[in-house]
Amino acid sequence: MREITYAQAISEAIDEEMRRDEKVIMFGEDIGIKGGNFGQTQGLYEKYGEWRIKDTPISENSFVGLALGAALTGLRPIVEIMYSDFLVVAGDQIFNQLAKIRYMSGGQTKVPLTLCTTIGMGRSTAAQHSQSLHALVSHVPGLKVVMPSNATEAKGLLKTAIRDDNPVIFFEHRMEFNQKHNVPEGEILIPFGKANIVKEGKDITVVGIAREVSNSLKASERLVKEGIDIEIIDLRTIVPMDRKTIINSVKKTGKLLIVDEGHERCGVAAEIGMDIIKNVFFDLDLPIERICTKNVPIPFSPILEEEIMPTEDKIYHRVKRMMRRDNIG
Amino acid sequence: MLKILRDSDFLAKLFKDMLKIRLFENKVVELYSNGIMPGLAHLYIGEEAVAVGVCNALSEQDYVTSTHRGHGHVIARGADLNKMMAEILGRRTGYCKGKGGSMHIIDMTKGLLGANGIVAAGIPIATGAGYSAKYRKTKQVSVVFFGDAASNHGNFHESINMAAAWKLPVIYVCENNLYGISVDIRKVTNTENIADRACAYNIPGQIVDGNDVVAVFEIAQKAVERARQGLGPTLIECKTYRWKGHHLADPGTIYRAEKERKEWIQKCPIKNFKERMIKNNTFSEKEIIIFENEIKELIDNATEFALNSSYPEKSEAYEDIYFSAKEEEVYL
Repeated sequence: MREITYAQAISEAIDEEMRRDEKVIMFGEDIGIKGGNFGQTQGLYEKYGEWRIKDTPISENSFVGLALGAALTGLRPIVEIMYSDFLVVAGDQIFNQLAKIRYMSGGQTKVPLTLCTTIGMGRSTAAQHSQSLHALVSHVPGLKVVMPSNATEAKGLLKTAIRDDNPVIFFEHRMEFNQKHNVPEGEILIPFGKANIVKEGKDITVVGIAREVSNSLKASERLVKEGIDIEIIDLRTIVPMDRKTIINSVKKTGKLLIVDEGHERCGVAAEIGMDIIKNVFFDLDLPIERICTKNVPIPFSPILEEEIMPTEDKIYHRVKRMMRRDNIG
Repeated sequence: MLKILRDSDFLAKLFKDMLKIRLFENKVVELYSNGIMPGLAHLYIGEEAVAVGVCNALSEQDYVTSTHRGHGHVIARGADLNKMMAEILGRRTGYCKGKGGSMHIIDMTKGLLGANGIVAAGIPIATGAGYSAKYRKTKQVSVVFFGDAASNHGNFHESINMAAAWKLPVIYVCENNLYGISVDIRKVTNTENIADRACAYNIPGQIVDGNDVVAVFEIAQKAVERARQGLGPTLIECKTYRWKGHHLADPGTIYRAEKERKEWIQKCPIKNFKERMIKNNTFSEKEIIIFENEIKELIDNATEFALNSSYPEKSEAYEDIYFSAKEEEVYL
């Protein structure tokens, strides 16, 4: 099996879908000659030309609207917003237009549009280039929300997104772009709404979102040595959410920890917990816990950034605390 | 004499289209006043020549995006009045099955990509339709209607900039009716004409009397021709006036002088067109009465159709969110 980076996996997915269907086009900032801010569109401009890989001006709201207009008239656009922090610059088109036009029109339209954007801390880019705003778009009915956890997942989920006839918001993690992964050759299509049990275990269910899956796996390597066997679930998609896989796992382990890099308040972890509590209440040994980003703007200094974000270490310690509490109880 | 002034069928169509809008809107006022219509509507009365002049310069395959004040554009595009009226009254037989209402009428079969509740939001969407037409090499053009107030929104600048840079087949039609709700455009804008801004994008900017349907048609036709030839976008500013308030519940009197309103009403696009046609012997008064009766009947039928239509089932609130109906259960 070959190893490629997460960025390469993304450009491969776009390349394959563009080759397969000439209706697929892409709009975004620096996706042309530069090959994407993080290398996600490397080589595609040379291959497909400027009308399919279209460098846009810094006009987020209008180029998302532009993509919507293209989607309504027979194309399958991919549109890129460089940082999820800039989603709000395009807020009207995302929240009021893309998400709603099908419903508002009584089902007359379809919007086969994939919006790719990036999330994540770890590079000291402070409060306007580090946020993980996936909860924001998950709140608005009409969008699908996808959170790949590694290169293979990114490729398989992105190809599914591009073929979907609904607007999909696809969150790439900045710390993953250069990470290599064994990505199988050939077609990969990962369906939405099917969480992935990446490691089976009996002690605690850990639901990870995006990068927190690999953080949980790293924490697990340490925990295993101490005899703690966690089950790790990669949520994959927030909308639609695979409640069943989480519920079944919690029924088995009796404990649930949710790890998400979004801010804690009104976040996806809260949503998962509230959503499944009615199904698992009597199976729980202890309250549902979560590790999210603290409710402060993202700070610049690495010391401060590390303080507020979920980390492998925090997962490790929280699992241990949950297990001790369990032992005492 | 202009060529179109010799085409009496076409002139009759322009007249009937404008009258359809006027009488439809009058009926909306009546239904609202009688408490039959839920929500609100933003009336197009006084601006009919703009939508009718522009839409009659288009082919069936072209695209249009509209505004919150959208009834006129929708009717001028040839929409089904029954489905429009039913939508406005929240019935399941409406264009959007009662989910959109007055501000969100869409007819994909007529390239009508939507009226829109957000000011200026249709501008980039129409620009994208233009991009799509250019990419697919279909020779379709895309028209976006927007008000004077929308020209101060970032979407105006962002979208025209892209269309100009990429020579997209898009016609930007500004309906300058002088007021954004209550705010006089002259108090918040330093250019006398919105069309003057075209020079910033190196595209043609045209000003036209928005009460003269023939003049609007002529200028729109040139812009359409230019767009189809691949020469890029045009900005057209139609000087017009909304006779009524911002919406049905706004009398529109406190922020405008009655004298100003009356002066504009004197320039009524329908009355003036009618008088001109009679003077030119294009139609007799008798023929005009026949046209009027024909339109009245259409409006009455639409109203009857809407009032006899049922409301949606409650379960329909949970439909049409995502493309595949089967999936919807998963997402709720």
